[in-house]
Amino acid sequence: MSGRTPDAKAADTGLKAWLTTRDHKRIGIMFLVATTAAMALGGVFALLLRLELLMPGETIVDPMTYNRLFTLHGVTMVWLFMIPVIPSGFGNYLLPIMIGARDVAFPRLNLASFYIYLVGAAITLAGMYFGAADTGWTFYVPYSTTSAAALVPVLLGVFTLGWSSVLTGINFIATVHTMRTEGLGWMRMPLFVWTVYGTSIIQVLVTPVLGMALMLIGFDRLLDWGIFDPARGGDPVLYQHLFWFYSHPAVYIMILPAMGVISDVVCAFARKNPFSYEAIVWSTMGITFVGLLTWGHHMFTAGMSTFGAGAFGILSMLVAIFSAIKVFTWVGTLYKGSIALDTPLLYVLAFLFLFIFGGMTGVAVATTSLDVHWHDTYFVVAHFHFIMVGGTISAFLAALHYWLPKLSGRRYPERLGRLGAAGVFVGFNLTFVPQFLLGNRGMPRRYFDYPPAMHTLNAISTVGSWVLGASMLFIASYLLRSLLRGEPAGDNPWGAAGFEWRTSSPPPVHNWTGEPPFERGAYDYTEGSPALEGARDE
Amino acid sequence: MSDLLRQLLMLPDPASEAAREIDVLHFVVLGTTLVGFLAVACVTAWWLWRYRRRGDRPTERVTGSRRLELSIGGALLTLFVGWWVVGFLQYLDLQDAPEGAEEIYVTGKQWMWKFAWPSGRAVVGVLPVPVDRDVRLVLTSRDVVHSFFVPALRMKQDALPGRFTRLDFRADRLGTYPVYCAEYCGQSHARMGATVVVLSAEDYADWVAGRTPATLVPLLKGREVPDVAAEGGLAAEGRRVMQRVGCLACHSLDGSPSVGPTLLGLYGSEVELQGGERVVADSDYLTRALRDPNGQIVAGYDPVMPSFEEQLSAEERVAIFEALRALGDEEAP
Ligand code: HEC
Ligand SMILES: [Cu+2]
Ligand SMILES: [Cu+2]
Repeated sequence: MSGRTPDAKAADTGLKAWLTTRDHKRIGIMFLVATTAAMALGGVFALLLRLELLMPGETIVDPMTYNRLFTLHGVTMVWLFMIPVIPSGFGNYLLPIMIGARDVAFPRLNLASFYIYLVGAAITLAGMYFGAADTGWTFYVPYSTTSAAALVPVLLGVFTLGWSSVLTGINFIATVHTMRTEGLGWMRMPLFVWTVYGTSIIQVLVTPVLGMALMLIGFDRLLDWGIFDPARGGDPVLYQHLFWFYSHPAVYIMILPAMGVISDVVCAFARKNPFSYEAIVWSTMGITFVGLLTWGHHMFTAGMSTFGAGAFGILSMLVAIFSAIKVFTWVGTLYKGSIALDTPLLYVLAFLFLFIFGGMTGVAVATTSLDVHWHDTYFVVAHFHFIMVGGTISAFLAALHYWLPKLSGRRYPERLGRLGAAGVFVGFNLTFVPQFLLGNRGMPRRYFDYPPAMHTLNAISTVGSWVLGASMLFIASYLLRSLLRGEPAGDNPWGAAGFEWRTSSPPPVHNWTGEPPFERGAYDYTEGSPALEGARDE
Repeated sequence: MSDLLRQLLMLPDPASEAAREIDVLHFVVLGTTLVGFLAVACVTAWWLWRYRRRGDRPTERVTGSRRLELSIGGALLTLFVGWWVVGFLQYLDLQDAPEGAEEIYVTGKQWMWKFAWPSGRAVVGVLPVPVDRDVRLVLTSRDVVHSFFVPALRMKQDALPGRFTRLDFRADRLGTYPVYCAEYCGQSHARMGATVVVLSAEDYADWVAGRTPATLVPLLKGREVPDVAAEGGLAAEGRRVMQRVGCLACHSLDGSPSVGPTLLGLYGSEVELQGGERVVADSDYLTRALRDPNGQIVAGYDPVMPSFEEQLSAEERVAIFEALRALGDEEAP
């Protein structure tokens, strides 16, 4: 195993050594840097959108610029940030360590998937900048096949990003199947590994369908095939089916790894085994597979059959149950624990509360008659931002704080951490709670303008976006400072039992010196747990 | 109570009984969510306090009983399925306007809504409808996908190019209600609005007959309202279109045999297809017959009907559709 990466080269810290590395840890960090930059960019677009909506009427941008901005915001946040951040970033760094491996199964492919991501991101952003695509991230036909903007570059970019996603998925599946250390059975794997594994399966199964759908739009535009052109017997609704066949499961690509983070963090800070390990594992697999069958709930008003609407509605409810089971399991984990309210756990709490609302409003919009009113309004916008921002970004921040010592060997200032978490929570709610009400009122999404009666709620939401933006900046600044000058953390500052904490922080080139010490479980905090020996009291 | 909740939740005043029923489900769902949330929050807060860390002590291993988990999961599933049942029944209810509903054609195009009545009335941006009567909107689009959204009715339906979709409702409160386009459709998507005007039966009859009731005067100011009624209404227009594009070369309108089946009395009748399947020639069937003529072949005929999709505008298709419907009511002599 050790012949894979020459030691001397791997320990080299020069730029070239980084760019040609096959070390999963470095690839993970590069993914984290790139995706976090994408988040910042997507965030700036969001702030501009909210600024336009501060007042009714056309204010800072014209309608077409607004349309391009929300397209940019969606495309950047979904494909450049949300989809890759946790699996390709934290997953890359941690998954091999968590199963006692020395790298992923295909280290070269892993590096390739990073470069494919970069190329895809470059094509997408350049394509958006020069092509001025304005279709929204959904690329609905026939608008997308007929709009004047140059769309093909963006489609090509997203298509390329899909490859990165699939390759990483295949790599992780192979790694989990073949590279677990001696004695690490499936039901002893850390929950984070399970969720990344589930995510990888989804990525491999559905991403090709997206690629195909986007390619068909490209052919329609370039070669005039008319696949979606009703004038030639084509069907626009077919495109919607193909798109959501990918994009609904994509929601789980974004949220499942986040759930893995939450599962691990909650155990570490409650110093307890999960209330039910099996429940989390099976609900993860449930989401993975049942989630593939619910896409039609995005199309209740698109003229689908009533039978279809009913079937997709009930299947969506089933997926919600799996998520609910997870929520109960996380809360149950606190029972009889030894709980420290450090920043990562604060983000877990934020995640829990926002996710309950995000999830329950999800059940609400899957209820057919209610969705007829809410579909394509701000209610839906608020709902999925509760899941994506309240869920995934909370988990991302929890992960950043929890694993910062692992990645860098340094600590962040706890007090500032808590302050940042509070800021994010307040800013988030100010931004998105009013959007539920706007949706009730009937404000459709993708509107640069709205009736004056909707002004107050929009203004509150915009102010909220400033609080959220400022908090994110604040967090970025102290985290960057900690990276350079933070207090040394030691190997296991949290006294966590997770496998990744059983090697030094940061880990050596091949993760382990000697055999990984995995005899005691990853969630074992009972008498004699080695995790508690190194723990420091505060 | 409902009104108070509606105000708190900023829901617009409902203009139909269906909207009121949907709101009740909305309140139940929201209420349950809040109760569930509070329960979880209280338990969490209590345990956070009760089990706060006091020194580095080990904890005991606790695992949930499968019984407990299954029963919580089961209870929730029952609850969700309950919502689904109620919601789905409401959804089914929304879909079926009874026979004899007032039909109005709606055509979306970038960036306006155009409404047309069988009588030949047509106007952009204002949709007069009768109070306390079932109305069926037959929607289509001239270019991209749009979505016809009336918050006060809690209803929306996509308008698709090349297809007819339906939206049924029964408004029971006089007044004007805003319409938005809810599916992104380009530059002026945010300004693709219209107004639904619920009129009394008399006023509505006036409007359809070609007069302009007083309530509509301010709304129609500056709008072009062509008086097609003089030329025999939408059905007559449809016959003219059929004559022009050549349908009548193969179809008769008086029951006489030709290359294709006669269109007289077709609408609403039962048609036998090649292969023995029998279907009712309802609006869905006619939509398909025009879109994809060889997708379903009438028994005893050859698949020779060409597709007219590229030649016909949305308005012309609407007119033909109306002509076929009108012919359906007539009997062969
Ligand atoms: C070249 C001859 C031809 C022309 C022109 C033509 N049709 Fe047809 N049409 C047929 C034939 C033959 C059938 C029966 C076979 C089938 O179902 O395709 C038919 C079937 C139909 C049907 C289904 C009838 C039923 O009894 O179920 C409808 C409706 C129809 N045509 C409408 C039209 C309209 C409207 C036009 C003009 C826009 C048109 N057709 C032009 C030949 C033609
Ligand atoms: Cu979905
Ligand atoms: Cu529109």
